[in-house]
Amino acid sequence: MKWIAAVALAALLLLLPFFAGDYYVNLASQILIAAIFALSLNLLVGFGGMTSLGHASYLGVAAYLSALLTSRYGFGHGPAAIVSIAGTTAMAAFFGVIALRATGLGFLMITLALSQVLWGLAYRMSGVTNGDNGIAGLTRPMPFGISLDSAASFYWFALIVTSFAFLMMAIFVSSSFGSSLRGVRDQPRRMAALGFNPWMIRWITFIYAGFWGGISGLLYVYYNKYIHPTSLSITSSAEALLGVIAGGSGTLAGPAVGAALVLLLKNYASAYIERWNMLLGLVFLFIVLVMPTGIVPGLGKLMRRGSR
Amino acid sequence: MQFWIIQGLNSLSLGGLLFLLSSGFSLIFGLMRLANLTHGAFFMLGTYFGATALRAFDGLNMGVTALGAGIAVAAIGGLFERLVLTRLKTNTLGQVLVTLGMSFIISDACLLLWGGDSIPVPTPQNLQAPTRVLGFVFPTYRLVLVACAIGAAIGLYFLLERTRQGAMIRAGVDDRQMARAIGIPVSNMFTIVFCLGAGIAGAGGVLGGPILSAYPGLDADMLPLALIVVILGGIGSLLGAFIGSFIIGFIYTFGTALFPELAYIILFLPMIFVIAFRPQGLFGRVGA
Amino acid sequence: MTQLASDHALEVINLKKAFGGLVVTQDVSLAIRPGERRLIIGPNGAGKTTLFNQISGDMRPNSGQIKLFGSDITQLTPYKRAHCGLSRTYQIITLFTDDTLEHNVTLGLLGLRPSRWQMWRPLSHYSDLATEARRTLDAVGLLHLAGHSVSDIAYGEKRRVELAMALAQKPRVLLLDEPLAGLSNTERSLVKSLIASIPRQTTVIMIEHDMDTALDLAETVTLLNYGRVIVDGDRDTVMADERTREVYLGT
Repeated sequence: MKWIAAVALAALLLLLPFFAGDYYVNLASQILIAAIFALSLNLLVGFGGMTSLGHASYLGVAAYLSALLTSRYGFGHGPAAIVSIAGTTAMAAFFGVIALRATGLGFLMITLALSQVLWGLAYRMSGVTNGDNGIAGLTRPMPFGISLDSAASFYWFALIVTSFAFLMMAIFVSSSFGSSLRGVRDQPRRMAALGFNPWMIRWITFIYAGFWGGISGLLYVYYNKYIHPTSLSITSSAEALLGVIAGGSGTLAGPAVGAALVLLLKNYASAYIERWNMLLGLVFLFIVLVMPTGIVPGLGKLMRRGSR
Repeated sequence: MQFWIIQGLNSLSLGGLLFLLSSGFSLIFGLMRLANLTHGAFFMLGTYFGATALRAFDGLNMGVTALGAGIAVAAIGGLFERLVLTRLKTNTLGQVLVTLGMSFIISDACLLLWGGDSIPVPTPQNLQAPTRVLGFVFPTYRLVLVACAIGAAIGLYFLLERTRQGAMIRAGVDDRQMARAIGIPVSNMFTIVFCLGAGIAGAGGVLGGPILSAYPGLDADMLPLALIVVILGGIGSLLGAFIGSFIIGFIYTFGTALFPELAYIILFLPMIFVIAFRPQGLFGRVGA
Repeated sequence: MTQLASDHALEVINLKKAFGGLVVTQDVSLAIRPGERRLIIGPNGAGKTTLFNQISGDMRPNSGQIKLFGSDITQLTPYKRAHCGLSRTYQIITLFTDDTLEHNVTLGLLGLRPSRWQMWRPLSHYSDLATEARRTLDAVGLLHLAGHSVSDIAYGEKRRVELAMALAQKPRVLLLDEPLAGLSNTERSLVKSLIASIPRQTTVIMIEHDMDTALDLAETVTLLNYGRVIVDGDRDTVMADERTREVYLGT
């Protein structure tokens, strides 16, 4: 039964551009990008037990680096991608050292403060980042000479990257390192007594999460062909966190589902409601108060209650 | 020379504002172990309330406005605490998310009610004339602001150190379960402290109006500053919030004046320094 | 062949720990020989667990030294001490409640192996780990529960899993913090026979605040009170000592 569902899903994803119009294909691309972003955050939140409110740092920095290198310094997309990801990952290593001086709320506050500093820099350093105007007129890469300008071709590119990301993360969490990460999440003292190095395990995970956050940032800037400081904002980090919580942080795929829901909500709601942020806030309140373990388990609970 | 004096005074007044903003945040964090991400929004609400009131009623007393706005924001905070936060006793992640959500709701509500343009707040008339000391000219309002912050600090100090309520609050900060065990009504205290924190932020918002103006995004500008002050000064420490506020006030003001594009990095550095060498902050307690 | 004095399995030298004005460990010195079975007793608040915390590295002493087989481990973080052959159990159960018994013991085995850093192979592919985990569970009589979640088993069984995890790494020095606390009579005799069967390559140091329960497992006894060593020596001598009765009867 599971196999049939999996094959059906794979078929649906692969063949989407053949039966859906450009609008929906583009929406699907956005969902894939949000999915990688949320999945990378969940490595920290769900598997590592480290709640970060500054994950947008990695998406934004990778995006800005790529934008600047290609538009201003004449880099080709390939080298720009490599430098952007290397830079983002190095930044994750640096931020990790700072943030991991604390745990729990202290960690959260430091990740938030660091991310806000970057956001402020993006606005203020207008000589470099073009401030509030953002950087426009960017191009998409052409892997092996194939253009990604059509909705369908970009979608398939995103699909390949997302599938690869998902596979890599699945391998990561089921590996012995992944088990030790979950151990550190649950009983850090016990893990240390057993010989595991909790700090190093957390730091490596932080860097890995930052790496994939950066990958999602590259896809983001390729898709939009534009980058603006709001990508580094707390709203951006919060949307990913909402996706993780809504989809359920306990599973690998949950956050992807959650990210999709948040994106769809954003898309459809903004057609009718001007105040997306207010709606986002209300959704946060709703999820936390009514369905704290996530939409999927939460809906299950509601249905069971209703059928009594 | 005049430049340094003016920037120095600006630093002090920003420090004073930051203290009004972050003292509540530190108190709430210290007692309730809650990182109240709505705090920037409470401050901004105060600024907007103040802007509207002061522009509508010419000659309205600033102090009264600040008090009124403080009470209004405290009431909103209290409702939020009672209706939402109390349901999330041990769910720290949930608490963070709802305070974040609430900040979005408030900031969007402000956008809805007051629009997207920045609203300048008039300096009270009786404080518009500059003060002359030793041949230097100081904007009076900024001096008054610093005085207000010091007054608030003294007031809070007396409340915490010299009153029974303050002793109960401090007991709750030190050991919540023990405080409960000896009969201190911890959950009522939570509400009171949350209201107090929110109220001070709201009042601070009014007082900050003439300097900052009311604009959308003020909350997002102020919240990280509060975070940095508390990270620097130590959680739950009033002294830490006081000293941290003025340190940040100086760094930010001089940083923006001397290296405008890099002001944020300059803020960043003392924070990293403190985190690296003294993660509990300058005055915080280890393991807080 | 002469035994050097520094051939002690564990040495604690003038250890001192104070929290502000409260001194919890006062000038404590211990010398424990390899293979010894030492029992540390003392009333509640005597500083027994604090002493263990300093030996395992969970707490830093204010002054003094701790040596493991002659090497100074005072500055080492807890996980490094595990790699030096130190293992401990805790008063409170600190197992991974949502995981199976087998997974718990597997983690215990993984802690000292280089493969714990592996990010590619799924943990389930390490068949040697699985075999060893099952063997360890069998040694404590819990193989039949290997696939059960820790949250499903009885308290006494959890204690045995803790012991299994601590022993799985074949430690040189094992610290047992109140291993018999809260156990029923049957469970207690099970755990006691397990402790009694620990091989001599492992030096065992136990804390119990109830004197009688663990006495027959001990060869040497140290009595602590108010953070100080009051009496220290072989079991019969210490138990006959007047000071021991004083501490427990409060005369």
